[in-house]
Amino acid sequence: MSNTSRSLEVGTGLFVLLGFAALAFLSTQLPASGLQLHSATDGYQVTARFDNVGDLKVGAPVTMAGVRIGRVTGVSFESSDYKALVTMAIEKRYNQIPEDSDAAIQTSGLLGAKYVGLGAGGSNTYLANGTQIQFTQSALVLENLVNKFFANTAGKKDGDAK
Amino acid sequence: MARRGGVLISALGKAGRVALFLGRVLGQAIPSLSHPRLLVAQIYNTGARSLIIVMLCGLFVGMVLGLQGYDLLQRFGSESALGVAAALGLVKELGPVITALLFAGRAGTSLTSEIGLMRATDQLTAMEMMAVDPVRRVVAPRFLGGIIAMPLLVAIFDVVGIYGAQLIGVGMLRVESGSFWSQMQSAVEMRDINEGLVKSLVFGVACSLMAVYEGFHAEPTAEGVGLATTRTVVISAVLTLLFDYLLTAAFMKS
Repeated sequence: MSNTSRSLEVGTGLFVLLGFAALAFLSTQLPASGLQLHSATDGYQVTARFDNVGDLKVGAPVTMAGVRIGRVTGVSFESSDYKALVTMAIEKRYNQIPEDSDAAIQTSGLLGAKYVGLGAGGSNTYLANGTQIQFTQSALVLENLVNKFFANTAGKKDGDAK
Repeated sequence: MARRGGVLISALGKAGRVALFLGRVLGQAIPSLSHPRLLVAQIYNTGARSLIIVMLCGLFVGMVLGLQGYDLLQRFGSESALGVAAALGLVKELGPVITALLFAGRAGTSLTSEIGLMRATDQLTAMEMMAVDPVRRVVAPRFLGGIIAMPLLVAIFDVVGIYGAQLIGVGMLRVESGSFWSQMQSAVEMRDINEGLVKSLVFGVACSLMAVYEGFHAEPTAEGVGLATTRTVVISAVLTLLFDYLLTAAFMKS
């Protein structure tokens, strides 16, 4: 076989390979599956139990004073006490967070994504690998608030409009 | 009125001729596989040689999506949804459509002018005289090569585009990297990717078919080949956008 024919075959092979690699990336990396690439974690793991996490996603930021210090690595349902167990990885350099800090599910912007906000406590012992955060505050569910608001004001509005 | 009727009838006639030609090409598709080297050469011509332009355009489309998506989403304070916006926009819509338009311009025109010149220089007639079916030897491998190349090009376009959006969104505009990917992964479903795949296959059939049809039926003059090439681009672009609407409507959740 001549050289041009060989390079043509190699070029085609490369193109097909690249195409299938792209297809594989699209079908495994975009929809949530067990084969995620972007999940490398270092740091220490802490857990917290919430009554309601809203739609907190794996990968969401964990922040303190508005600055990102880690990420959520797992959200699961605990059937023993009907709560949501959130696992978080916090970067190693933030190793002086008081053990009695509180964790709250917060929303970035009005319609934005949920994230975990930590508020500093006053203890002299610090969070370490495997610690469970005791004080938690659930997600603010907007629909419940809206429902309450309309239930309270529905009567008034009917009166105003004659 | 009579003239308008004439236009309608000639358009119908063309649609019929294209459909008959499609049947003829499909009939020769399997026999043409007995020369796999011809098919490989065409995948190289239509696919591998369009790779650079497709990747370049994918990168810029992704980067523009990063900027525009950020500008739109930050008004609602939800710039963390940038990954979702970019990925869905690319996978469902921009990837297949822009790749098909590039394909029509880059590969479709070269197919048409190549086959048209073969017609003008009587090479196709010579094949027929040697009892070689030009549809089987020339047209079918080019048609199949285009259909195989298109979904692969679209997938590459999508991936490059998503990384382009990430480059701008996460690298420049400081969108949270974790939420960029995690929101994207939880919002994009397999059906979105299937929609893009089906679209790219349909566009591949439409663009390749128009390219080989126009080339095969080009008037055997220099002017005729030029006109056929123009028609390839125009009809491929219109068909792509038409099928895009139809397929989007068909994939809409009812």
